[in-house]
Amino acid sequence: MAVEKFAVEASHIMMFARSIGDPNPIYHDADQAAGTEPGSIIAPPTFVQAGAQFDPDYRLRPKIGEPWMGSGREATSIKPKEPGSADDQPTGMGARGLHAEQHFEYHRHLRPGDVLSATTKPGESWEKQSKRAGTLSFRETVTEYRDQNGELVITARSVGVTTEKAVEG
Amino acid sequence: MALSASQLNVGDTTTKVLVDDLSRTQIVQYAGASGDYNPVHTDEKFVTEIAGYPTVFAHGMLTMGMTGTLLTDWVGDGRLTKYGVRFVNQVWPGDTLTATAEVTEIREEDGQHLADLTITTVNQDDTPVLTGTATARLDP
Repeated sequence: MAVEKFAVEASHIMMFARSIGDPNPIYHDADQAAGTEPGSIIAPPTFVQAGAQFDPDYRLRPKIGEPWMGSGREATSIKPKEPGSADDQPTGMGARGLHAEQHFEYHRHLRPGDVLSATTKPGESWEKQSKRAGTLSFRETVTEYRDQNGELVITARSVGVTTEKAVEG
Repeated sequence: MALSASQLNVGDTTTKVLVDDLSRTQIVQYAGASGDYNPVHTDEKFVTEIAGYPTVFAHGMLTMGMTGTLLTDWVGDGRLTKYGVRFVNQVWPGDTLTATAEVTEIREEDGQHLADLTITTVNQDDTPVLTGTATARLDP
């Protein structure tokens, strides 16, 4: 993820907390949050992942005016390439990619008003054989989130896996 | 609200039902909030006809986010210093998820009391869907 400006906003935190089923008032009620130890609204521990919203090139978001891999009139709007070519699957991205691991280290927790930047570096990559899904290709990335003062606030390590076959279960 | 090192013991556990009968709508809600619109999570036609799965499935990060509510309910707001997980099985609409955390170590680092936890989230068949660890700051 390459993000220049990820503005952390209270309404985004509220919607994110709702989506993970967390009614904790510290994520939506500024008055109540003022009386807690953090002293203000903070973001839930996994909120920083929503920085994808601010990555202009994020590939899992439809781009205005471009074909999208999801369904419309057809099951996918991306035409398959030449049969037999390396990317003859219409779904090269997304369909076989799964999230294998996610690790966060918190130097501090995020608050509305923070403006983050994020830089991602590739980590290790390795392969494994699986009876259920064929060859598994793992790829690690490390993302550093810095605040408006250049301070490191969260370090995230993510491992993605591409499976040979769909995994059912 | 926060835990105190003098009152917490290795082996202490906490458990929470994270969701009962996970809805496709909650998965859509998470897609919108997180910005991850991968159609395998929300698009029945794409996921069955193109990706080859029986139906849509939840984002791993939705399970990690829901499991995080168990941790923050227990250790207090803003107290986590580390939280990491592996996604070991997929989560499907209709699943009921239960998370458990256990204290594995209580220690002191640079004058700060810390607790290390292990975490497991299972579905209605008792199959683990997420395993992980976390570290939280404690009061003395």
